[in-house]
Amino acid sequence: MPEIIKPRPKFLTLSQIHLPLPGFVSILHRVSGAGLFLLLPWLIYLLQLSLTSPETFEHFKTYVAHPLVKLILFGLCWAFLHHFCAGIRFLLLDIQVGIEKPQARASAKAVLAISLGLTLVVALKFLGVF
Amino acid sequence: MNRIIVGAHYGLKDWLAQRITAIVMATYTIFIAVALASGGASSYASWHALMSGSATRFATFLFIVSVCYHAWIGVRDIWMDYVNSVAVRLTLHVLTILGLVGCAGWAVQILWRL
Repeated sequence: MPEIIKPRPKFLTLSQIHLPLPGFVSILHRVSGAGLFLLLPWLIYLLQLSLTSPETFEHFKTYVAHPLVKLILFGLCWAFLHHFCAGIRFLLLDIQVGIEKPQARASAKAVLAISLGLTLVVALKFLGVF
Repeated sequence: MNRIIVGAHYGLKDWLAQRITAIVMATYTIFIAVALASGGASSYASWHALMSGSATRFATFLFIVSVCYHAWIGVRDIWMDYVNSVAVRLTLHVLTILGLVGCAGWAVQILWRL
């Protein structure tokens, strides 16, 4: 019997990959997940500030009012929302919803638009626009 | 025998775990988003009351565990895809696990002190 040895694990050559829109949504799902993972300790620190005492709660409020902190939080907000929306899209694809090419393209577009739109809404709310 | 061993079952188990933890997190997110939208964090008192309730604590604990398990599978896949050296990959796997377990413990302590 011939022995089949597949090279595993398989490593990807990123520079040679040309992505269609659903592929773009997929890689952003990975990038956003990685970003959320890397900043997880910082988010837990913010949770701690907000919950420990009324004093740390006030400190939390001035801390997140800093423009740079705000910018990072908006970035994380997008990362979370993109990961959320793209994740739901993947769950639907798993149960065979929208697996045809046109629907898959449309849902990829929707994921990008909804996550950016919701980030904008959260950012405007946070900035006190409404 | 000269063959490369690849697991036949751990992939399915993790695939399923990734989806179950995702559903737990998505449900919790919607619950918290609704609570925040209805003024759940307008003052320290209301935020503290929201997060220290037994039901919220139960749910937040499940969320924390889900985040860490979900992040472990996802980040491990990233290392497996891009890190070629076995030694570096193994080191990153170990650091990822240690970091996530530490984060889970820290977050749980914050909740249980309330």
